[in-house]
Amino acid sequence: MTVSATPAPKTKFSDLTRMPDARGHFGPYGGRFVSETLSFALEELEKTYLSLRDDPDFQAEFDYDLAHYVGRPSPLYHAKRWSASLGGAQIWLKREDLNHTGAHKVNNTIGQALLAKKTGKPRIIAETGAGQHGVASATVAARLGLECDVYMGAEDVQRQKLNVYRMRLLGARVIPVESGTRTLKDAMNEALRDWVTNVDNTFYIIGTVAGPHPYPLLVRDFNAVVGREARRQSLEQIGRLPDALIACVGGGSNALGLFYPFVEDDDVAMYGVEAGGDGVETGRHAAPLASNAPRGVLHGNRTYLMSDEAGQVSDTHSISAGLDYPGVGPEHALWKDVGRVSYVAANDKEVLEAFRELTRMEGIMPALESAHALAHAKVLAPTMRPDQHIVVNLSGRGDKDIMTVAKIDGIEF
Amino acid sequence: MNRIDQRFSELKQQGRKALIPYITAGDPAPQYTVGFMHALVEAGADVIELGVPFSDPMADGPVIQKACERALKQGTRLIDLMQMVKEFRQTDTTTPIVLMGYLNPIERIGYENFADQAASAGVDGVLIVDMPPEEADEIGPLLKSRDLAAIFLVAPTTSNERAATICAHGEGYLYYVSLKGVTGAATLNADDVAEHLAPLRGMTDLPLCVGFGIRDGATAAEVAKVADGVIVGSALVNRIAESQDAPETIAGQLKSVLAEMRTAMDA
Ligand SMILES: Cc1ncc(COP(=O)(O)O)c(C=O)c1O
Repeated sequence: MTVSATPAPKTKFSDLTRMPDARGHFGPYGGRFVSETLSFALEELEKTYLSLRDDPDFQAEFDYDLAHYVGRPSPLYHAKRWSASLGGAQIWLKREDLNHTGAHKVNNTIGQALLAKKTGKPRIIAETGAGQHGVASATVAARLGLECDVYMGAEDVQRQKLNVYRMRLLGARVIPVESGTRTLKDAMNEALRDWVTNVDNTFYIIGTVAGPHPYPLLVRDFNAVVGREARRQSLEQIGRLPDALIACVGGGSNALGLFYPFVEDDDVAMYGVEAGGDGVETGRHAAPLASNAPRGVLHGNRTYLMSDEAGQVSDTHSISAGLDYPGVGPEHALWKDVGRVSYVAANDKEVLEAFRELTRMEGIMPALESAHALAHAKVLAPTMRPDQHIVVNLSGRGDKDIMTVAKIDGIEF
Repeated sequence: MNRIDQRFSELKQQGRKALIPYITAGDPAPQYTVGFMHALVEAGADVIELGVPFSDPMADGPVIQKACERALKQGTRLIDLMQMVKEFRQTDTTTPIVLMGYLNPIERIGYENFADQAASAGVDGVLIVDMPPEEADEIGPLLKSRDLAAIFLVAPTTSNERAATICAHGEGYLYYVSLKGVTGAATLNADDVAEHLAPLRGMTDLPLCVGFGIRDGATAAEVAKVADGVIVGSALVNRIAESQDAPETIAGQLKSVLAEMRTAMDA
């Protein structure tokens, strides 16, 4: 496990709830590093969002959609059989996989779709890795009658064929991106190029807590419903707060969503699990925090960013398309530095084991992204007592990954 | 005096407009870049924008994306650009050079180190596409103290309020992005450009240079009527791409593309 190299124990965790500052900075991270053409659109989005953030009508509309369209609250499920077999802490799964469209991603797209509606833009664009955010975006677009174009790395189009077809059925156009490494970061480059060209009529729905300010803020806010529910459910079902939270971290939206409402609960330990790929020590991974990558600037914010000595962004490797990204949300970068969250990595092999284990022992097939969090639960739970409790964010369901797993098993359909 | 200011004051006296070519350093291979720079000067370049190749050029269209890919394939790094500028300066001590690129390579070698190296190599200005003035607090003073001009972009979407801030921070010249889009996109609309430049005149004495969408003598001449300078990138980089397998022919082609613009602008 890699813990922060530069702990700053003096920083009170309560300060973390006052981030970002007015310019979108989380300490040295975050910000708005974009070409000038987009500055206006981001200022406009920030103004719109800040005016609605505390507006009861907007919140009511959001809550209504989450309840009746997404199906919230999602259950907190006690995985008793799996907990017993691991022989340590009790594991509770926050069932974001049961949301409409199958992942936490929809919480954010519902929120951003409401913003798109307020701004009156007739077209939305999105980038996607695993396709979950693309599906969630195509879904809200269908519901609101908006045109929707989704950028997806050509490699991910191959890995996630099922989601590509889902998006097309929903009426979205999926645009394969052939540049660079043909994965999530390149999809985001292309979405930004589209936005800069069509900024007048287009709302860009970013799928994680990255990008330029105000995206890291609003995506966190829209996903924080996960942590608010989990906190309340823990008190009801466990009778107290859990001892630890675990979530996978790609850009970091499901993790921040779960963690944020617990940030001031000093006794609740938090673990963010990045994609270890072939193993962090091999260099073939997507774990900027756990590997202590240098600071860098990409896609509008400063964060930990995997890049070479000349500042060229590195290729990443992961079994899971949704975590295959060289950067990470800027708020996580700060939380690493102040030591609030421990960032660790799970490698592909451990992830597959966890995927199979949960499927066989609990009848729940997790997304490969979420299986990273489960893999760390496998490590952590046995070190804890049976009267201790871990909440794991089961950020999505594994239907989309069946082809990937089948291929590893040597099965062709 | 900074070479950029010097050059624009000369141009003003002569009643001429600046012609500013952009090429990506290291494209198609690092050993050609300095030769291309000299060729551009011979064809009438007043300032050279030297592109720093980046793995994720978010504001660029396919032409410059591919140029970055070619340059990176040849291993071109920011520190190699410093060597190129040094070499160029051995025989050309007057043509201003602006490094143009994205922030991460600079972030990685460190702002102060970058500013030191750029100044000692003979760079005159720096344009970081993904760094608006709001994010330039830290690097700004480091550039200024070394007489490196911080050049900023103004876009068609920039509000007057923002434009005033940018003008207050900008040095060297203002780079007006003629259209909403990436480099190498559609042709610009000169009337539209003129309309956007007018309010900027009231905010700043900086020369106003226009880039994006200038592809030939005709568009260059049209823009030169309303702006102080014309920036041309993709039209040149396209030639490099087309002749990447015959690199010895490229300098000549760049010269002819640029000379045509020069003639049209000066007519
Ligand atoms: C199910 C699931 N979990 C997690 C992620 C990673 O994103 P984030 O780190 O923003 O939660 C994805 C992204 O596609 C996903 O589909």
